[in-house]
Amino acid sequence: MNPIKTFPKGGVHPEENKLSSDQPIITFEIPKQVIIPLGQCLGAPAEPIVAKGDKVKVGQLIATAKGFISANVHSSVSGTVNKIDEVMDHTGYRKPAIFIDVEGDEWLEGIDTSNTLVKDITLTSEEIIERIKQHGIVGLGGATFPTYVKLMIPKDKKAEYVIINAAECEPYLTCDNRLLLEKPYEFLVGVKVIMKAVNAPKGVVGIEVNKMDAAKMLDEIVKKDKYFEGIEIQPLKTKYPQGGEKQLIKSVTGREVPSGKLPIETGCVVVNVASTFAIYEAVQKNKPLVYRVVTVTGKSVKKPSNFLTRIGTPANMLIEAAGGLPEDTANLINGGPMMGKSVSVTTFPTIKGTSGILMLNEKDAQPRKVSNCIRCGKCMQACPMGLEPYLLNRLARQNNFEETEKHNIMDCIECGSCEFTCPANIPLADYIRYGKNKTGQLIRSRNQK
Amino acid sequence: MYCFMSNILLWSLVILGILGGVAAVILFFVAKKFKVEENPLIDEVESVLAGANCGGCGFAGCRNFAEACVKAAAEKQSLAGLNCPSSDMTKVAGILGLTATVAEPMIAVVRCNGTCENAPSKVHYEGADICGFANTLYAGENGCPNGCLGLGDCVKKCQFNALHINEETGLPEVDEDKCVGCGACAKACPRGVIEIRAKGKNNRRVYVACNNVEKGAIAMKNCKVSCIGCQKCFKTCPFEAIEMRGNLAYIDFTKCKQCRKCVEACPRGSIHEVNFPPRKPKAEAPVEEKTAEKIVEQPNESKE
Amino acid sequence: MNQLTISGSPHVHGDLSVKKIMYLVILALMPAFAVSVYFFGFNAIRVTLISVATCVLTEFLIQKYLMKGECTIGDGSAILTGILLAFNVPSNIPWWMVVVGGIVAIGIAKMSFGGLGKNPFNPALVGRVFMLISFPVAMTTWPVPNQNFWSVDVITGPTTLGLLKEGGVNAVSNINYWDMLIGNTGGSFGEMCAMALIIGGLFLIIMKIIDWQTPFIIIATVALVSFICWRIDPTTYVNPLYHILSGGLMLGAFFMATDMVTSPMTIGGKCIFALGVGLLTIIIRLWGQYPEGMSFAILIMNAVVPLINKGFKPKRFGV
Repeated sequence: MNPIKTFPKGGVHPEENKLSSDQPIITFEIPKQVIIPLGQCLGAPAEPIVAKGDKVKVGQLIATAKGFISANVHSSVSGTVNKIDEVMDHTGYRKPAIFIDVEGDEWLEGIDTSNTLVKDITLTSEEIIERIKQHGIVGLGGATFPTYVKLMIPKDKKAEYVIINAAECEPYLTCDNRLLLEKPYEFLVGVKVIMKAVNAPKGVVGIEVNKMDAAKMLDEIVKKDKYFEGIEIQPLKTKYPQGGEKQLIKSVTGREVPSGKLPIETGCVVVNVASTFAIYEAVQKNKPLVYRVVTVTGKSVKKPSNFLTRIGTPANMLIEAAGGLPEDTANLINGGPMMGKSVSVTTFPTIKGTSGILMLNEKDAQPRKVSNCIRCGKCMQACPMGLEPYLLNRLARQNNFEETEKHNIMDCIECGSCEFTCPANIPLADYIRYGKNKTGQLIRSRNQK
Repeated sequence: MYCFMSNILLWSLVILGILGGVAAVILFFVAKKFKVEENPLIDEVESVLAGANCGGCGFAGCRNFAEACVKAAAEKQSLAGLNCPSSDMTKVAGILGLTATVAEPMIAVVRCNGTCENAPSKVHYEGADICGFANTLYAGENGCPNGCLGLGDCVKKCQFNALHINEETGLPEVDEDKCVGCGACAKACPRGVIEIRAKGKNNRRVYVACNNVEKGAIAMKNCKVSCIGCQKCFKTCPFEAIEMRGNLAYIDFTKCKQCRKCVEACPRGSIHEVNFPPRKPKAEAPVEEKTAEKIVEQPNESKE
Repeated sequence: MNQLTISGSPHVHGDLSVKKIMYLVILALMPAFAVSVYFFGFNAIRVTLISVATCVLTEFLIQKYLMKGECTIGDGSAILTGILLAFNVPSNIPWWMVVVGGIVAIGIAKMSFGGLGKNPFNPALVGRVFMLISFPVAMTTWPVPNQNFWSVDVITGPTTLGLLKEGGVNAVSNINYWDMLIGNTGGSFGEMCAMALIIGGLFLIIMKIIDWQTPFIIIATVALVSFICWRIDPTTYVNPLYHILSGGLMLGAFFMATDMVTSPMTIGGKCIFALGVGLLTIIIRLWGQYPEGMSFAILIMNAVVPLINKGFKPKRFGV
C-alpha cells in the first residue's frame, strides 16, 4: 500500500464517534408506505409521471428528470400510488412527494435481483453513462449531484484518475465503511465500470486510516486478482474535510483544482463509495437506485446501526429500529454532524442523499455563548481553501457582496471547519453561506446583463 | 555636535516649516489640476434630501439621486419617475425650477401576525441572526413557510429607525411616524412579508395580515390567524378590491374603499384594520360564531 | 421530548473557547507569579490583587453603566490584563498608581474601542506605558529581591538593563546569568524570572494557544543584533545572553506579543510582526533613551498590525 497522504493546508479533527462501525448492514423491512420526494438531487426536482391509483413495481420510473442537472426518481417499492402531496422533508419545507402504499415486493422485469457478482462489463462507455442517467444515480455522499453529469468528460479533456471517495471524514457516519467491508467485490467492479465509462487508466480509492481494516482487505483483493489491475488503495490521514472533492484530489494526486473550475481540469473524476456501489448495481444488474445504506446513530442511541433502506422510508421507523429517539435528543440531522442538515420533524422521508440520521444529544448540540471575534486567526488556519472566514463573516453581515466576491467567497466549500474551530463560537459558516448565496445572485444578475 | 544639539528646537522648526511649505505648494497644484467640475445644483438638491441613502428612490444613494434629478431637470424639464419617499420633493423641484406632483405617502405593513401565541414554535432556531440565511434552512419555528422569521433583516435595513422587533410577539412593528415607505425593509425580507402600501386617508388602512399561500388545513394547523383561502372576504367585498392569490387573499389598496366589510367577514381574524375609530358593539355574537364553525369545516372539504 | 433545534452545519464544535484560552494563559503565568512572590514577598501579591481587582471592576462598571450591554468579565480577559499589568511594574509601587494604570488599561485601551477583540493596542502595555510616563520615578525605582516576606521598607536598586544604560559594560561584569535566569535581580516583579516565563510559554505552545514563531523570532532577532554589535565592539556592547535574560523580553515575547487580539492573523504576518518587535526592542535598548524597549516595541508594532493583515493573506487553494 502507498504511504499515508493528506492535503497540506487547513482542516480540523473532530471527535470521530464512529459508534456503528462494527455493526453489520441490516436489510431494513419494507415499510407499509413510502414517501418519495420529487426533489432528491441538487438541481431541479423531477416531474411525476404516475398518478393516484397507479400500480407500480420496484424500480419503475415514477418521476422524470427535468433539465440538465436533475435525476430520475424510481419507485423503491411495489404497490399503489396513494397520492401526490406535500410532505415536510429534509429541506425544512413542505415539498411535493409521491406516497406509495406497499403491496408485496415485486420487481420490474429485467432487473437482476440475485447476489451473484457480475464481473464482465459488456456495455460501452456511452451506454454506461446513459444507464447511470436513466437509473437516477446521484452523489450519495450527501451533495446529491447527478453522477452522469460528472462522468461526461468534455471533448478537450481527458480523465486520468477515477478517485473513489472512501474517506468518510464526517464523524459518526459508517455507511461507506460497512459497504466496503461487506461488498468489496461489487464495489471494486463498480470502480472498474466508472473507469471504463470515463476511459481512465487509473482508479484510486482514498480511505482514511481510521478504516485500515477495509483498506487492507481491498488492497489484498486488488493485488490477488488481475482483473482489478489499475486500481490502487490510498490511505489518507484522518482529517476533516479529507473527503472534500478538491481536498481529496490534492491528497491523492497533489494537483489543485483551479479556483472556479471543475475537478476534470486536473484529470480527475471523484465518486463516492455508495455511488460506486449504486453504479455497479445499475450497470451490471440493471437496478435503479431504490435503496441505500443509512447510518442511524448518536451518542445516546441504544443501537447505532447501519440499515439497507428503501428510499422513502420515513426516518422515524429507522429511529425506532435503532432503539427509539433518545430523550435528550436536541438536534436531528439528515447526514453527518459537519455538513448535514437539521430537520424539524422525525417523520421526514429518507432520500438518496441520506447517508445518516444523526441524533445529537443536548450536550453536543448545546447552544454556545457567542462572543466577540478575538482575531485569533484560527479560522484562517483551519480553512482548507485558504480563505479568511472572519473577514467574510464581517462582510456578509454588512451585506457587502462586492467585497465578499473579491475575497473569493465563491471558493468556499462550506465544510464548516472555521466554525468548528472558532473559540468565540461565532456561526461563521452560517454567515458565509448566506454571503455566498447572495454573492452568487449578484454574479448571476451581472452575467445576465 | 554640541552646537547642533543646542539648536535642536530651531532646526526642528526650520525643517518642519520647509516640509510643510513644500507640501502645501504640491497640494495646491494637485487640487487645481484635478479639480472636478460639478453642477452646484447637485449639492443643493442633496442638501434637501433626507441623506439616509435608503435606496427607496431606486438609486444607490442620495447623491446619485440628486445627480439624476439635476440631469432629468436639464434634459426633460420634468422629474417624472423620480421620487424620494423620505424627503420633500417639492423642495427638490423648487431648486430645479420645476413643480412636483406630490406622491401619495406610503408605509410599510407587516403581513404576518404569527405571534408566539398565535403560531407556537415547533422547533427552535440556533444560528446566524439573518432571515436570509434561516430562510434557506427551514420553514420557520412555527412551520409557516411564508411567515415572518423574526430575525430582523428588515430592522437592520431600516435607515429611519422605524422598525423594531416586539419582544413579546417576535414580530417587527412599524413606527407610523418614522416610516417613510422607502421600501428597504420590503426588499430585505426574504419572504416578502413586508409590503409597501398607501398610508391611506387619515392613516386608515385595511390589509390581510398574512402571507401564507399553503392550503387551508395546513395553514390552520400552523397558525391561529392565518388566511386559509376561504374566499369569504373576496365574496363580501363590494368594490372588487380583493383578489385571491392562490390560497391567500390580497386587498388592492388602490381599489379599497375602507368599508371594512371584509374585516367582519374573515373567520380567522387575519384582516386587520388600523386607526379606525372603535366600532359600536353589536349584539350578533352568536351569528358570528356560526360562520366561524362553517369555515372550520370548509378546509376539510377542500382537502378532498 | 424537547423541541428540536434547527441550526446551520456544522452541528458540533471544538472545545476551545475564549474563556478557556484566557484561563490557560493565566495558568501559564502562575510559575512566574510564584517566583515573584518568593523574591518580592507580599508586595507582589498586593500589587497583583489590586491590579486584577481594578481591571475587573472597571470592565464591569463600564459594561454595566456605560455600554449597558452584556457583562463579560467572566471570560477572564480582564483578569489576564490585570496580571500582565501587575507583572510590568515594580513591587513597591503605591497602590493608587496601580489603580490608575488598571483604569487606563481597561477603560481607555480596551473598552473605549468596544471591548474584547476590538482594541488595537495591548491594554496591559498601554496601562504600563501610561504609568511609566506619568510616574517615571515610582515606575523606575526597583526593589531588590529576596527580602523579608512582609517587609514594607524596601531597599531599592537598578535593573540589569538600567545598570547597563548608566554604567556601560563594566558596570554589569559581575552580574551572574544564573541569577538572571531564576529572577534574582531587580526589576518589574513579573518579568524577572526568565525560566518561569519560558516554562509558561512552552506550556502555551504545547497547548496550541500561541505559535512558536512569534517568541522565537523576537528572541532570535534580539540575540542576533546584539551579537553582531557585541562582536564588533565588546567594550561598548554587552553579550547577547545578557540581553535575552534581562528586562521584559521573555514576558513580552511569550505573553504580550502573542496576544491574539493585537497581533497579526497569519503565520507569515506574525513572523514579520515578531521581527519588528525584536528589532525595535534592541534598537531602543542599544541606542535609545530608555533602558528597556519591549513595551514600546510591541505597541508600535500593534499599530502596524492592520497593515500586516492586509499584506499577508493565506495562500489560496487552487491559485
